[in-house]
Amino acid sequence: MEKIRPYDRVQAARSNTRATGGYFLGRMIDNFVEMHGDRRFGDDGAIIGGVGLFNGRPVTAIAMERGATIEERMKRNFGCPTPEGYRKALRLMKQAEKFNRPVICFIGCPGAYCGIDAEERGQGEAIAENLYEMMTLKTPVISVVVGEGGSGGALAMGVGDTVIMLENSVYSVISPEGCASILWKDSTKAPEAAEVLKLTAKDLLKFGAIEKVIDESGKTTEEICDDLKDAIEKELDAKRKKPLKELLDMRYNKFRKIGEYRG
Amino acid sequence: MGILNSKTKAAPSDRECKKCGEIIPYNELVQNSMICPHCGTYMRMGAMERIELVADEKSFKETDKSMRSKNPLNFPGYDEKIEKAAETSGLNEGVVCGFGKIEGTPCGIFVMDSNFMMGSMGSVVGEKITRLFEKATEKGLPVVGFCTSGGARMQEGIYSLMQMAKVSGAVKRHSDAGNLYIAVLTDPTTGGVTASFAMLGDIIIAEPKALIGFAGARVIEQTTGKKLPEGFQRAEFMLEHGFVDIIEERDRLRYTISKLLKIHSKR
Repeated sequence: MEKIRPYDRVQAARSNTRATGGYFLGRMIDNFVEMHGDRRFGDDGAIIGGVGLFNGRPVTAIAMERGATIEERMKRNFGCPTPEGYRKALRLMKQAEKFNRPVICFIGCPGAYCGIDAEERGQGEAIAENLYEMMTLKTPVISVVVGEGGSGGALAMGVGDTVIMLENSVYSVISPEGCASILWKDSTKAPEAAEVLKLTAKDLLKFGAIEKVIDESGKTTEEICDDLKDAIEKELDAKRKKPLKELLDMRYNKFRKIGEYRG
Repeated sequence: MGILNSKTKAAPSDRECKKCGEIIPYNELVQNSMICPHCGTYMRMGAMERIELVADEKSFKETDKSMRSKNPLNFPGYDEKIEKAAETSGLNEGVVCGFGKIEGTPCGIFVMDSNFMMGSMGSVVGEKITRLFEKATEKGLPVVGFCTSGGARMQEGIYSLMQMAKVSGAVKRHSDAGNLYIAVLTDPTTGGVTASFAMLGDIIIAEPKALIGFAGARVIEQTTGKKLPEGFQRAEFMLEHGFVDIIEERDRLRYTISKLLKIHSKR
């Protein structure tokens, strides 16, 4: 059997035919009501958020979505969230905290939207604020990387009590193309860069950056979704039972211990 | 201690101003807060130079000085890069942390240094700043942090990315305990550092004309095909768009910070 290279997974994660955050949200959440806007400036089509029922219980669900048709992709900015998207996500998370329901985040984007307007409206500040607030959000948070986990733009919805990755999703500090052009001044060496970046679900599990991987091989998208749903249910069940202080300490310490150093 | 004392260490050499090309004797430059006396350009400062400029004389006690990077991904060329950075910067890593006083007010201080791999954030930078915030929380002290960074350090992959969450968590706990954090953004502050602790100060001060942003200007230009407006991502642009509280001249920074610290002092 031919070995699956990390870059094959990058391509699988990016594939036009791969199920997106919106698909998983749609199939998993019943009675979903979508909410729009950050109440500051605008609404971001790259992030879908709202409330609904997960196995009969109320949740807040937020998903990154790139869209299917070209028109939709333009509208959704090819799945690259703007500051308004991150602020909408945070607004909905704070609401979840108020009404004591858990948050489920589906992550998949090449990165935070890169543009003049995004900088003018504080892309960095928006991501920072999400990391800061999610760390102490007083309700369980489950984050799932379903596609390409592009750097800070993905992490902005990734500060969860449990972080799950689908087997063929990737999660990285920089795109393999970006890494290759810095390292070898040649973006066509992305496959080699994907190798050295160690961005596969399996690598990240080993590093303790995530908690669970959902197998994809030999399964239909529906089956993958159902397995993911079971995994989320299990995690939510465990987190719901924890006293709040314990939940927050565990979340803090989970990220606190990541790092390799001497002395 | 003692190996790198002033007697054996080579005197820092004269520097050329990249803007006007004048060669300036190092001592004259230090006297002038590392600002070019000919054209007024702010030269980038090393962490130790910054501490001397801002902290009360002999008050600064460095923490976690000996902490050094590993190469957790076995990333090609990273070990050599760290070694070279340590040699050229005289530091073990891209940030210096510790406790000291500013005009008599005790505080935690961190200073990033662009001479060490562009002040990029890997495990060590993340861990040292996290520890500083945790210790400051225990002691009930404010933190003054000088940022300069190219962003997350690619060579440590996901470990670098996760430092953004880790430090932000420590800043949040420090804040929730009622402590002040003043972030000072110096040229350049970009990427994963902007998207975490640089933007999380209760008060954000920037040096004039400092480059501050998330995405790199060249990347934005290439991606969007648009010409960038004049002064894009400079401190003045960031202030105008509401992301910076104060732009302060370098030689007035110590005074302004001390004033703010005194206003926030708990007794």
